[in-house]
Formats: sequence, C-alpha cells, structure tokens
Amino acid sequence: MANSIIAAGDTPVVTRRRKVVSKRRRKVQDALVAYSFIAPNFLGFAVFTLGPILFAFVLAFMHWDGSNAMTFAGLDNFWRLFEDKAFIDAFWNTIIYTVVSVPATLACALGLAILLNQKILGRDFFRTAMFFPYVASLVAVAVVWNMIFNPEMGPVNMLLYTLGLDPKDMPGWAADRHWAMVTVILFGVWKSMGYFMVIYLAGLQGINSELYEAADLDGANAWQKFLYVTVPQLGPTTFFVTVMLTIQSFKVFDQIYMITQGGPGTSTLVLVYHIYNEAFVSWDLGYSSMIALVLFFLVLGITVIQFRRQKED
Amino acid sequence: MRIAGQKLTGKLAAIYVTVILITLVMLLPFAWMLSASLKLSSEVFVFPIEWIPSNPQWQNYVDIWTKIPLALFIYNTSKLTIIVTVLQLFTSSFAAYAFAKLEFPYKNALFLGYIATIAMPWQVYMVPQFLLMREFGLNNTHLALICLQAFTAFGVFLMRQFYMSIPTELCEAARIDGMNEYQIWAKIMLPLSKPALSTLTIFTFVTTWNDFLGPMIYLTKTELKTIQIGLRMFISQYSAEYGLIMAASVVALIPVLIVFLSLQRFFVEGVASSGLKG
Repeated sequence: MANSIIAAGDTPVVTRRRKVVSKRRRKVQDALVAYSFIAPNFLGFAVFTLGPILFAFVLAFMHWDGSNAMTFAGLDNFWRLFEDKAFIDAFWNTIIYTVVSVPATLACALGLAILLNQKILGRDFFRTAMFFPYVASLVAVAVVWNMIFNPEMGPVNMLLYTLGLDPKDMPGWAADRHWAMVTVILFGVWKSMGYFMVIYLAGLQGINSELYEAADLDGANAWQKFLYVTVPQLGPTTFFVTVMLTIQSFKVFDQIYMITQGGPGTSTLVLVYHIYNEAFVSWDLGYSSMIALVLFFLVLGITVIQFRRQKED
Repeated sequence: MRIAGQKLTGKLAAIYVTVILITLVMLLPFAWMLSASLKLSSEVFVFPIEWIPSNPQWQNYVDIWTKIPLALFIYNTSKLTIIVTVLQLFTSSFAAYAFAKLEFPYKNALFLGYIATIAMPWQVYMVPQFLLMREFGLNNTHLALICLQAFTAFGVFLMRQFYMSIPTELCEAARIDGMNEYQIWAKIMLPLSKPALSTLTIFTFVTTWNDFLGPMIYLTKTELKTIQIGLRMFISQYSAEYGLIMAASVVALIPVLIVFLSLQRFFVEGVASSGLKG
C-alpha cells in the first residue's frame, strides 16, 4: 500500500525507478517462495503421474514387449481392439457392471442416508457400522464373500435350501456364468454404499427445513415431500455421487480379481482386468495401453456428458 | 415409552426395525469372519451356523504367525503406510498453501494440471508408470510404492479447499507481524487445518493399507509383500484352511479398524466436505 502511494506521488524519477526495480525483485522473490511450497509435491506428481500419463498416449501407438526394441505400430493396436473378443466382452461387462451397480448403490446410499438422518438412538453407531465395509480390507472381506456365497456349502445357499429351493435351481454365484456378475455387483454395492451414504447425509443436512414446513402447510405427505423437496434439493449431491460412482465402476478390478478372476469364461472380465492381463501376463505393453486409452475416453466422456446435463438442469 | 426423547410410534418402531436389520446384514460378513476364525476348518461350513463356537480354536491366532511371515507383512505395510501418509500430509499441505494463499505466475495452469488428473483412473497409466519405475531400478522396492502414492492430486485439492476457507486477513496480519510464509504455514495454517489433515490422514492410511493392485504389480519377493498380497498368497497356499484364513483376515482388519474408529468423527465430516465443495 505504502509503496504505491509514494510511487504515484511526485517523487523524483530515480527513486521511482528504484521502487519499480525493487518491486519487480519482490515479485520474483514472492514467486520463488511460492514455487518452493509447490515443488516437493509437484516434482513427485510430475514425474510419477503426469509423465506416465503422457507416456501412455505414446505407448498406445507402439509395439513393445518391455525388453526388445520398441517399434512404431501406427493404428495396429487400435484395429486389434475390434478383433479381440476378450476386449469386446470386457468392454460390455464393464458397461453392465456400471449400469447396474451405479443406480443400485445410489438408491441404497440415499435410502440409508434418509433413514439415518432421523433422530434415533445410537445413530452414530449405525452410521459407523454402515461405513465400515468401505474401509475394511478388500482381500479379507472378499474371502468371506466367497465363503458365504460358496455354491455347495455356503450359508446363503444353505438358507435357500432350507427355504425349499430345489438344489438344481440354486445359483452357483461366483462359479456360475449367469450369477458371477451378480455376485461381484452385490459385493460392490455392499462395500461402497456406506461411503456415499455419508455424502448424502451431508447433502440432507444442507436442505433448509423451512421447505419441509412449507410442504407440510400445503398438506404434502411423506412421499410427496421426498419427491418434490428432498430429491430436487439433493440434485448437486446426486450429480457428484453419480460421477464418482461411474468412475469407480469403470475402474473396478480388485474385487473381481479376488472373487471370480474374471471368470467363469469371460463373464466378469472387465477393462482393467484386461489391461492387467495384456500388460503383466502377456507383456503386450502397447496394446494394453490402447485398452487403457479406451478406459480413459470412457471416463472422460461420461464426466463431460454429466457436467453438460448438470449445467442444463 | 420414549426413546431419544421421542414417543415410540408405529413409524419410529418401523424405522428402528429397518435400521437394525440393515445393520445386521452389513455386519454379518464380519461376524462370520470372527466366528469362523475360531473354528476348525471342518466346522466352518456347518449349517445352521454356530455363531459362538462351543470349542473356540484360539490356536488359529497362534498358528497364523508361523505359517506365513504375517508379522513381516504387517511391518512392511505399516512402514509403507506411515511413510506415505507423512509425505502426503507434508507435501500436500505445503503445496496447497501456495495455491490457496499466494500469487505467482502460472498458478492456474499448474492447478489445472492437478485437477485434470483427479478423475483419471490410476489404472490408465499404471503400465507406463511401472515401466518408468523399472527404468529407475525401483522394481521390487518399497520406494516405488511410496513414490506412486505420496504425491496425489487429491491431497493437494483437499487441503487447498480447506485453506481457501481460512480468512486471508489472518495471513496478512501475520506478515505485518514479520512472519515469513514458511512460519505462517507452520504456525497458523497447520494448526487450523486439523480437520482437513485428519481426513487426508484417514484417506491415505486406508488406501495405502488396503492397496492391492499396486503391491501386486511391484512386489514379487515374499519378504517385501504387504499384508493384502500376503493374505492373498496365504489364501492360495492354504485354500482349505478356512479357520486360519479367517484369523489372518481378522488380524489384517484390526489396524484399519483402530485408525477408523479413533478418527471417525473427522472422517465423516471430511468425506462430506471434500465431496461437496468440489
């Protein structure tokens, strides 16, 4: 402040120039200080994240097995996608997984949030319990899942048997082509709904209670209040949850690796699994990067579409 | 009858019943795990389920330590998790201070670089990243996993969002008092940002502790393995030893449970705010 007043006043030219120089020096100094704050994180980020991302785009147009010389492939890897039956299966499985698990998780999370937004005894305990599967170690809970859904001995099928279901109609869960995807989706919904419940809880708490009072005055019932107050007011939250869930579903891997290994056949093979196989089993690094690019554009496309729709609303 | 100051109506009773039922379903896999961890492998699948074993096999919890190097796996994972978390907290909050409170050239461009990668799945660039690490000779080292997890866009973004909510006047006042930027960060911003730091701690701790694909790609030597892939190895080696597998799983869950319960209050707030301010 003081500087600018002096500089603007009728001070001799020499001092003014000195002020300008020292001001510029100050600016450089300030910038250096700022960069010193950013540097530790940014260097790591640039080398280990930005670099590999750029490299992924190059690698997708190369042939490379990781040991011999890299050769330029042009669009070879791209055309290969259309002939690779495993890729096509993985692509559709990823879409199916997303299309089913996103709305299912969203509905469960919203339902739970509304239930646990009520003033009930032990509310914090219940919230914590719902949230716990999200932080629990995946390998440990996936093993339990496999045991509980074991087709021959697991308690789920035992229960179905006691309820009178014919053993030959019994779902084979992870070992059954038709049920493997269901098993994996159930696991995904169970594991992550608590997390999105918390986000919805925050959204619910942001709704002005006067809106409900006004709806009461108009004689709205609980369902109408949900439909005409809660749902529209939660719009931004739902948007955020949908984007997060969609991205999370596109990159699903761990639970499939642990529960079905992509099988039986290719019935639960998903994109990331295929990337993993092509890279670390077949060492076809160029092709695996091409599949990764497909994943990248899927995620990008969905995010852009969702942002557009959000803007229109 | 009144519960939590409310009259027990039909509606309230229905809510309680629903909540309790859902909670039971959510926690059932954990109850099964705990119960099975105290059984003989032959008893695990007995139906109807005997939830509290009549003849608890405490021996399972002794045997797991000798059947696989479980203690070593836990040590490896703790080491990785602590280093990654400390680095993440330090570098993220440090960088976030500049993005939130300082002016400098290319600030927006640099920040955009972070934002653009937040939504980018790690799986998109895991292969080139692996090749880079191999080039650096970091294959089969813990350093590789530290490098790939300690500098995340998410951490910087989360901390910056929080710092933005701290009034800039506070920093200006400190500057007038003669503090330099590093002192402002250490003495004013850090103490004020405990909620954000706690959130980031839990996120980083949980992700690193539970990471599966990263260690699976990078660590092939048994002595370097983390608890997740160690557990996975245990499962494939002793696939029929259900009791032991469950005991090892319980042990793998405990550290996360402790961290989660002790920082739970911050976590719920953190998830909520990090989600909505974005």
